[in-house]
Amino acid sequence: MKRLLTKFTKVGKVSAFGLSISIISISAALSLGISPSASASQFAIVGGKVHTLSAQGTLDEATVLIKDGKVEQIIAGTQSPLGYERIDAAGKVVTPGFIGAYTALGLVEVGFSAGQVDASTTNHPVTTIGAAVDVSYGINADSSLIPITRMEGFTSAVTGIEYSDYLFKGQGAVIQLTDNDPLLKARAFMALSVNNSSASDTGGTRGTLWVALKQALNEAEYAIDADLSPTQPWHGMISRADAKALAHVVQGHKPLLIKADRKADLLHIIALKQTFTNLKIVIISGSDAWRVADELAAAQIPVIVNPEYNLPGAFDTLGATLANAGRLEQAGVKVAIGIETHNIRLATQHAGNAVANGMSYDAALASLTKHVAEIFGMQQQIGSLAPGMRADVVVWSGDPLEVTEAAEHVFIGGEPINMQSRQTLLRDRYLHLKQDKPMVYTRP
Amino acid sequence: MYNKNKSTWMLAAISTAVLSTLTLSACSDNSADAKAKSITTEQVVINSDPFPSTYEPIPAVATLITNATIIDGIGGLDTDSQILLQDGKIIGMGADITLPDDYIEIDGTGKYVTPGIIDTHSHLGVYPSPDTRSHADGNEMTSPVTAQVWAEHSVWPQDPGFQRALAGGVTSLQILPGSANLFGGRSVVLKNLPDRSVQDMKFPDAPYGIKMACGENPKRVYGKKGGPSTRMANVAGYRKAWIGAAEYKAKWEQYEADFAAGKDTKAPKRDLNNETLKGVLDGDIIVHMHCYRADEMVVMMDVMQEFDYQIGSFHHAVEGYKIADKLAQNNVCASMWADWWGFKLEAYDGIRENVAMVHQAGACAVVHSDSDIGIQRLNQEAAKAWSDGRRAGIDISKADAWQWLTANAAKSLGIFDQTGSLEVGKNADVVLWSTDPFSTYAQAEKVFIDGGLAFDRSQPDTWPVSDFELGQIGEGDHK
Repeated sequence: MKRLLTKFTKVGKVSAFGLSISIISISAALSLGISPSASASQFAIVGGKVHTLSAQGTLDEATVLIKDGKVEQIIAGTQSPLGYERIDAAGKVVTPGFIGAYTALGLVEVGFSAGQVDASTTNHPVTTIGAAVDVSYGINADSSLIPITRMEGFTSAVTGIEYSDYLFKGQGAVIQLTDNDPLLKARAFMALSVNNSSASDTGGTRGTLWVALKQALNEAEYAIDADLSPTQPWHGMISRADAKALAHVVQGHKPLLIKADRKADLLHIIALKQTFTNLKIVIISGSDAWRVADELAAAQIPVIVNPEYNLPGAFDTLGATLANAGRLEQAGVKVAIGIETHNIRLATQHAGNAVANGMSYDAALASLTKHVAEIFGMQQQIGSLAPGMRADVVVWSGDPLEVTEAAEHVFIGGEPINMQSRQTLLRDRYLHLKQDKPMVYTRP
Repeated sequence: MYNKNKSTWMLAAISTAVLSTLTLSACSDNSADAKAKSITTEQVVINSDPFPSTYEPIPAVATLITNATIIDGIGGLDTDSQILLQDGKIIGMGADITLPDDYIEIDGTGKYVTPGIIDTHSHLGVYPSPDTRSHADGNEMTSPVTAQVWAEHSVWPQDPGFQRALAGGVTSLQILPGSANLFGGRSVVLKNLPDRSVQDMKFPDAPYGIKMACGENPKRVYGKKGGPSTRMANVAGYRKAWIGAAEYKAKWEQYEADFAAGKDTKAPKRDLNNETLKGVLDGDIIVHMHCYRADEMVVMMDVMQEFDYQIGSFHHAVEGYKIADKLAQNNVCASMWADWWGFKLEAYDGIRENVAMVHQAGACAVVHSDSDIGIQRLNQEAAKAWSDGRRAGIDISKADAWQWLTANAAKSLGIFDQTGSLEVGKNADVVLWSTDPFSTYAQAEKVFIDGGLAFDRSQPDTWPVSDFELGQIGEGDHK
């Protein structure tokens, strides 16, 4: 509650997030002698270098106008229309809000030995292969990871299961990093793993894994027109709930994310798309992807990479190299960057290292924004700055891929977020510790 | 210089070789006095270096780097400066350089020169790539007190991680046992020049360290294996071990005193576990203690006072910022990440300003990796910690911040007399960076270890390749 109160006090405006909070925020604001601004929902971010990631390209000095939660327009120059709250971005860099490409945000607070984690599954009869699992029920907007992540320029995220013994890792979601209504898209994708560890968990061999995978997809195709009600017979290997979930996948209604690294696995995946032609396949990890880059480009299969991963951690990642992202880009593969959760905020550093090892700067920025949006079918809302897009906008102190730069202003859906988190409060408590009383009496 | 150092070391090892028999001379004189005088014994002295370093620097040519920005690692930054590396040492810097007859000149225009990075916390070799059960040798998880094990006996020199770290400018590193145990065993400091054996990598004259661990790891691992299952039992476990070690130390000191007094005495039975702990109590072995929570670190500093030893460094110290003043008062370093947090509850209060706040309090701050990925860009970790500190109003220069990677790291390992800064007479462990190493885009272009060019980014044919990667996909690739 303290966080919300401070937030709206600082912003000094009525929130769209709820009546009770709005009342509190107004009274708090008035008590501090700050009057709510009449133009609070209209902002002009003036004079920054703007990477639109849209048709307008990169503008060296431009103004981004935000109105009613959307980007109104982007104008070259430094003009600031009347009626807009002005944010000076001279010398700064402005980008669309970054999107965590593959996270478990909202599903995990502390992953290890600390209670419930909604990013991992155990067995349950509702599913035989894991496809039915739906993380949208597990998303917790009160997670401390949300403010910690968004104040560093990440305004939305793809979130899903991290650990599962099942072949499929269930259906993930796209969320916005707000205090309320986080869900942007439930059941936005299906995830699957065919790498070494998954083979180990699925019959002990790829010889079983791939047969099970194809069987599941075949049954899902059959299920498209089947009556899956309890009164009707269903003798499939996959459960009815799995069949319902996978039916959308085989029809291409949502992407199928497949975690794979070695070349042989990637070639099987490319071949899978020839059998199940509607599949919208996305590779996760893809250590060896650079070795089949042309084939992936031809099959229009994007890859979400960790561009810092360059070790032979297992016998299916012997080809891992820092050059992966750049080589994929060169071949025409769509690349996204950002596989992390607590520190998804460091995807900017990952992308910067991709640039240091051969990726173009523009592709690296797209890998954090536009490409992620396109992979998950969200490109009409997020991932670029253009009139009508959601106003998820970040003003950076400088080049966002530089580890020494930081987000200074972050807008989500046109609302400026309070640049505060549990971490900044801890910092401020201990930076300004009262000497005469125990620390619990110091409130930042 | 190195060979000389090494031969001295070898001689020392031989002179203290174990002589374990107590010899009574045969004697025909039966008088008591005569018998006492006739006991000829040799004192039992434990060889403190039974696995001596066989490190040899790689061949080097005198190298002059000109027109570069030089960060010396002890707070200095000189623009448009030069440095001369010769015979494995830093021979001259700035204007004060006498050039030899033959040398190579490298134009450092636009580039930066720093001391080689020293990682105080690595598991390369003991948890190598590939990550398999066969080679996972970092934690002796059979008992909570295993000070008798030595990490060097687990190090696999073929871990490709060493070469990756080298490309990131790491010239020396401490390999630690894992944190499952209250006392995890001895660490070893290595030169990042893998060869056929771990001895070939051992940093000459580096003191040993011991890994200890606070918190949830020991209690989780041993909770159902006889304990400890709580933090209070962790502390009881340390204290019990130190009591035993103090007794062991007293026995040996009694033996040494009795021997010196000419008494008929017998050396105590060797105990490898207590031998390591005694080394700590004697001030010869440095304590490196995995500890996240502030309150636990404060408890451990009391245990340190109780048993009169020194903790060299808390490792991870995610809550170091809460007790930075106490770290400074107790002269304990903290080896930290820039921004890792939240993966377990004792890491929940991690903040980005931790390193800068510890530094600001006057304590010895170190940036470490504990990661085969993170070790490849420790310069970026320091850069983040530096900029996050500045953003919070903690004004630290880049030159001072570089201490976190080299000078402070070297001090916490007891090797600062040899490396960790660019000063005349020190080992020529040097990195030439393509640009400001506080930038994401900076890359280590050349890495010198004892003056030898260990890594040259511009010459892919010369990049080192471990046996494991030879003949595999990606051998010699841009890693």
